[in-house]
Amino acid sequence: MPKVVISGTSCQRFTGGKTELEVAATSFRRLVLELEERFPGLGKQVEEGMAVAIDGEIFQDAYSAVLRPESEIVLIPKIGGG
Amino acid sequence: MSKHHVTTSINGEPVEFLCETQQTMLDTLRDVLGLTGSKEGCASGDCGACTIICDGRIVCSCLMLGVEAEGKSITTIEGIAQGDHLHPVQQKFLEHAALQCGFCTPGFIVAAKALLDENPNPTETEARYWLAGNLCRCTGYDKIIRAVMDTAAEMRGAAAR
Amino acid sequence: MNYVGTDLRVVGTRPVRPDGVDKVTGRAQFGADMVMPGMLWGKVKRSPHAHARIVSIDASKALKLPGVRAVVSAEDFPDILSEEAFVGEGPMNFRDLSRNCMARGKALYEGHAVAAVAAISQAICDEALELIEVKYEVLPYVIDVEAAMADDAPVLHDDLFTANVEPKPTKPSNIAKRVYFNKGNVEAGFKESEVIVEGRYTTEPVHQAYIEPHACLCSYGADGQCTVFSSSQGHFMVRSYVAKLLGIDISNIRATPAEIGGGFGGKTLVYLEPLALALSKKTGRPVKMQMTREEVFRASGPTSGATMEVKLGAKKDGTIVAAKHVLKYQAGAFPGSPIQPGCMCGFAMYDLPNIEVIGYDVVSNRPKVAAYRSPGAPIASFAVECALDDLARKLGIDPIEIREKNGAKTGTKTHYGPTHQNIGYLATLEAAKNSAHWKSPLKPGQGRGIATGFWFNIGGESSAAVHVAEDGTVVAVSGSPDIGGSRASIGMMVAETLQISAEKVRTIVADTASIGFTHVTGGSRVTFATGMAATMAAEKVVDQLKQRAAMIWDITPDAVDWRDGQAFPAGTNVGTFEPLSLAEIALKAARTGGPVTSEVSVNAQGAGPGFGAHICDVEVDKETGQVTIIRYTAVQDVGRAIHPSYVEGQIQGGAAQGIGWALNEEYIYDKDGKMDNPGFLDYRCPVASDLPMIEAILVEVPNPRHPFGARGVGEVPIIPPMAAVGNAIRDAIGLRMTALPMSPPKVRKALDVANGDD
Repeated sequence: MPKVVISGTSCQRFTGGKTELEVAATSFRRLVLELEERFPGLGKQVEEGMAVAIDGEIFQDAYSAVLRPESEIVLIPKIGGG
Repeated sequence: MSKHHVTTSINGEPVEFLCETQQTMLDTLRDVLGLTGSKEGCASGDCGACTIICDGRIVCSCLMLGVEAEGKSITTIEGIAQGDHLHPVQQKFLEHAALQCGFCTPGFIVAAKALLDENPNPTETEARYWLAGNLCRCTGYDKIIRAVMDTAAEMRGAAAR
Repeated sequence: MNYVGTDLRVVGTRPVRPDGVDKVTGRAQFGADMVMPGMLWGKVKRSPHAHARIVSIDASKALKLPGVRAVVSAEDFPDILSEEAFVGEGPMNFRDLSRNCMARGKALYEGHAVAAVAAISQAICDEALELIEVKYEVLPYVIDVEAAMADDAPVLHDDLFTANVEPKPTKPSNIAKRVYFNKGNVEAGFKESEVIVEGRYTTEPVHQAYIEPHACLCSYGADGQCTVFSSSQGHFMVRSYVAKLLGIDISNIRATPAEIGGGFGGKTLVYLEPLALALSKKTGRPVKMQMTREEVFRASGPTSGATMEVKLGAKKDGTIVAAKHVLKYQAGAFPGSPIQPGCMCGFAMYDLPNIEVIGYDVVSNRPKVAAYRSPGAPIASFAVECALDDLARKLGIDPIEIREKNGAKTGTKTHYGPTHQNIGYLATLEAAKNSAHWKSPLKPGQGRGIATGFWFNIGGESSAAVHVAEDGTVVAVSGSPDIGGSRASIGMMVAETLQISAEKVRTIVADTASIGFTHVTGGSRVTFATGMAATMAAEKVVDQLKQRAAMIWDITPDAVDWRDGQAFPAGTNVGTFEPLSLAEIALKAARTGGPVTSEVSVNAQGAGPGFGAHICDVEVDKETGQVTIIRYTAVQDVGRAIHPSYVEGQIQGGAAQGIGWALNEEYIYDKDGKMDNPGFLDYRCPVASDLPMIEAILVEVPNPRHPFGARGVGEVPIIPPMAAVGNAIRDAIGLRMTALPMSPPKVRKALDVANGDD
């Protein structure tokens, strides 16, 4: 089962402070749905406010990003720019 | 409020226009005459984006009233190229990539042309101080100065031939 | 397809950019250069108070003035409920954006728009503004970030409670949120440190200071169809935001991108367009609006000012074992400073076992902060890179060596979570170490400083199209407004893919109705993401050209090769055919199936971060406190420079902005919370005589995710300069300046204090 680490503080109010979760999801889309099921509100927060770094590479707004059990998966705040 | 009738010469051609008392030469060029090449960056003479040549001197057109153009000879960015023949300074700006957004470029071109008309062999320091009245936020001035120095060299070479 | 390592003939060269002649002749149309028949002028009435309740607005006298056609205020805009939406360049709350464009209930900063008027001339607009009577109940204001955090500070928003703190607060606050990142255990780390360095650093708000003020020309048709002509970093963003703020269907708006005179992040949102459209709706005429320079300073978003505390702990051999950073950023009148990226970037280039970063997003009575070139990172790096320099000095270690020793590489776990893969930090340091500048001797009295920086760079949605005209010349269409030469790089990538010369490709930027959705020009993404879309479109065109050639020769498409802009039979066994040029194939386009064209939309991923290392030499005039930059070198890993001149240009421009931030730029407030220096005379940006040539050294380690290996380059170069200059001053006069800007009065004061003269 892929392990997901949630970085930063914006999700803590949904997870009760938990920052490491085991998930069944193998795509970012599935992850968002799963997180919403387990912690109502978290899925929306992740979909709208977070990017996912898979083995160090950042995917933003990408439902199809693949989550593998052996990958390092970290949810980080979305990145903008100027 | 009644307008003023002004007769002047712009880019070598006789021009007549009507302008309001408080309208600057920049407003007049842009909004009355449709010559939008000169830009408003600050309207207080600090950025040089509105630079024109008036009777041989570079001035910020935002610091000059439209009525003051009476009887003067004005050159704007629109008059630097001759038809589709670019002035060497324009050509060098393109070659040296001396512009990014291009907003300050008309002001720089006019100011640089005036520099080289007066001093065909400026040092880098002289060029930097002459152009200190033209603000650029994109380039850091490096390629602009290179373009101006290269233009000077080319124009001196052409004059020698 | 990936072209890295192949023989490239266009990419890497320096052709003249497609919009160049228009820009050097004054023909290019910027936001304020457009006119429409029947056009009215619009202007904005702005609050003279830093914080006030708006009691009433009476426009009756203004409306009676001959020539005035309409006045709008908050009641002419839908009242939007809070809606977070990540669009543009940062978390965007549309309720806040609406209230920033037009105040509702309260004026939250001096310059806040409270009403707008449309009239037949600018002069009549000015008169009308004087006649609009606004009654205010003036409230106490707060500007400084720590003052705004205090318990007794005037509160801007009754419904703002600090997020991400437990227990949930019951009292409203100016602290919008708390941000926290942690790796390891810093307390333990500091215990085992042999040397500790601490510092408190402050920065003032600075403006992006684009030379072109915001400007637009908008028309609201009687059937609800709207046209918007404005300079922005994203016309799709303009369309989307305006639709939201006015409550209209997005497809009813056609936004055309004007040429844009600089943005740097400050034009990734809207100010005037919603007002101009509302005025146009009321008057039935097009409305043109432009900000004065004063309005740009008072009412458009600069970046945060900040207060920071940083602490580093290391072993005597230079290994850093603990790092702690507390950052407090101003957000302006509404929440949303770049505190998150600030917290993530400061230590991103270091491999440290224990890191703790705490950040605060704090509102105060100044204009809402907008993005500015790698938002948040320059401020954070100022503190970290100066502290690192102090640490290196304390240990007697060379500043490049200490960074190499602690530098991030593949496998380094960051404090914000992900592990770095394929990064170029050490390569950048190596290039800096080997540079002519670093090896050159200093003259007596001069000082040298070095600093480094990191930025994520983004990808995102981009659309591009490639059309082959009937004569075989090519039009490339981009959805990205071009601020710095991206039409050139896009055209070059298309030419390279088609294997024709750059002059045969004309690149334009299309309006929102003529190309697919494209995210803003910012985040260093255009050459990466729009370039990717354009390259893919060109590849599809090559496929089509091969198919058409096959039809002309009556063979199968897999028997056709495309080389040097021509179709060739793949082998002699296919048949003997003369090569077909683009022009020859294009001539037969109709007969072979129709126009040869392709449009591609992507949501590009895999942008890859960038690193910079800057070396700065200064001389300090001890009598006046003036700091002169003697020599400056900026090293950056760029992946692959598509058009090297424009890559160098981004680096030089970013460095110059950073130098201005370091030495002179700041917002100065008077005792009433009003900006005292809203003009270029006293808001002092670098001019040509302030700077030397800026050497840009490009390190090219290709980014495998881009067809030509490109990395975003635009934002990284503004990160290192403040600390590079600060470290050079430290080297020159032995004093650590901890407050930006390091302007002459501040340097003089520091010298006086050091000499015991204070």
